[in-house]
Amino acid sequence: MVETILEIKDLEKSFGNLKVLRGINFSLRQSEVVCLIGASGSGKSTLLRCVNLLETPDGGQILFKGSDILSGAIDVNVHRQKIGMVFQQFNLFNNMNVLKNCMIGPMQVLKKSEAQAKEKALHFLNKVGMLDFAKASPLQISGGQKQRVAIARALCMDPEVLLFDEPTSALDPEIVDEVLSVIRDLAKEGLTMMIVTHEMAFARDVSDYVVFMDQGVICEAGKPEVLFTKPTQERTRAFLSRVLHH
Amino acid sequence: MSFTKAWELFQTYLPLFAYGIRITLFISLSGTIIGLLIGLVVGGIRAIKVEPRDSFLQSFCKRFAHALTSIYIEVFRGTPMIVQGMFLYHSLLKPVFGLNSVWAGVVIVSINTGAYMAEIIRAGIQSVDIGQSEAARSLGMTPMQSMTHIILPQAIKNAFPAMGNEFVVNIKDTSVLNVISVTELYFETAKIAGSIFRYAEPFFISAVLYFIMTFVTTRILRFIEKRLNHTASSYPTSQTVVEATVKGQL
Repeated sequence: MVETILEIKDLEKSFGNLKVLRGINFSLRQSEVVCLIGASGSGKSTLLRCVNLLETPDGGQILFKGSDILSGAIDVNVHRQKIGMVFQQFNLFNNMNVLKNCMIGPMQVLKKSEAQAKEKALHFLNKVGMLDFAKASPLQISGGQKQRVAIARALCMDPEVLLFDEPTSALDPEIVDEVLSVIRDLAKEGLTMMIVTHEMAFARDVSDYVVFMDQGVICEAGKPEVLFTKPTQERTRAFLSRVLHH
Repeated sequence: MSFTKAWELFQTYLPLFAYGIRITLFISLSGTIIGLLIGLVVGGIRAIKVEPRDSFLQSFCKRFAHALTSIYIEVFRGTPMIVQGMFLYHSLLKPVFGLNSVWAGVVIVSINTGAYMAEIIRAGIQSVDIGQSEAARSLGMTPMQSMTHIILPQAIKNAFPAMGNEFVVNIKDTSVLNVISVTELYFETAKIAGSIFRYAEPFFISAVLYFIMTFVTTRILRFIEKRLNHTASSYPTSQTVVEATVKGQL
């Protein structure tokens, strides 16, 4: 029996009058990789940001390992320690070098010693192929390199779930693969991940299941081989034909 | 106005000019530093956002602190320092706290500078990309940790030119403290001028001395600024760096 790590029930979120999420139901089990696909503005990123409370939902429940993170009884900062996040714009800390970027979380938040934090940071930088750039400033490295460092920074916190918010959308096409291959490796190792992406081939390849969102609701969800080849919903078909054939 | 006379006066009254310079630099430097500390606290408070998750008490405290800080900033930026000096010195600093005029001067310049610094810091904080604090929060940092380790270091770097400018302004503006008999450069000059019944030469000397102080300070600040913008690194250049440098030069 695989443990359910994240369960989302009837989640709602509005920005002013705009209803971005209109009743999302969704669950994620240990070691599963889920890709969220859909047109821009369909609520994918908002859903992702609700999971680590960068956005506060207006209604519904988010159960993380059975406890409701919206109840007010949990410490938001402690919750976020367990949920890693990788951003579209990388968001590396510009005031510190690559190595310090990876050490600051473990040292400040998890209260690890400098030596422990450094060992871990070097381990994960090596894993994403950025060990040679440990002393470099984020301002000196390319987008693909930044994103790999951002992934290493998230991994240094030993997250139970890793969220990716369009990790390759700000990258030049020829360096998208260097980031995607890192994520593929993580998937093979059994890390639980939620990935918002526009890379359909990648989504098909890496996901255990794919969620197609449209206008704030989950329109269709299923195994990638089914969803991409035999979608049941008209909207899914329309979206896929738009993004796959051009 | 004769330059020979001015040179003569400068040599004769050098100890008095030097004393004035010392007091001017002491008050403007300490006032700027204390003002910066006040600005960090007040600007930090103003950068705290009221969040939907806050309890009633939390949001009340935040709003109350915001209101207090706005009153402070508006009042001290909206009235002349010469008036603030006269009022605070005679109402509070001398009768209640028993401060002498030099220490009262430090307090007045600090409070006045604090109001400007708060706005400079707030603007500096706002100039830091929102993604930086989102990334900090996503690691589980508390708002305080995110502020001290991520946001403020970048905000201060961005705001450094404006903060340095406050120091230069203070070197000149401490001259208004002569109204509460602070023995800074203007006061000393006026004293010399009054004793010899000549005004042009002593104030010419005074102008030159003020200019030297501000000019040297500006150069030092520019040097520090360059060092701050220089990203320290010892890693071999790659294609990206070359491109970035070329762009920077264009």
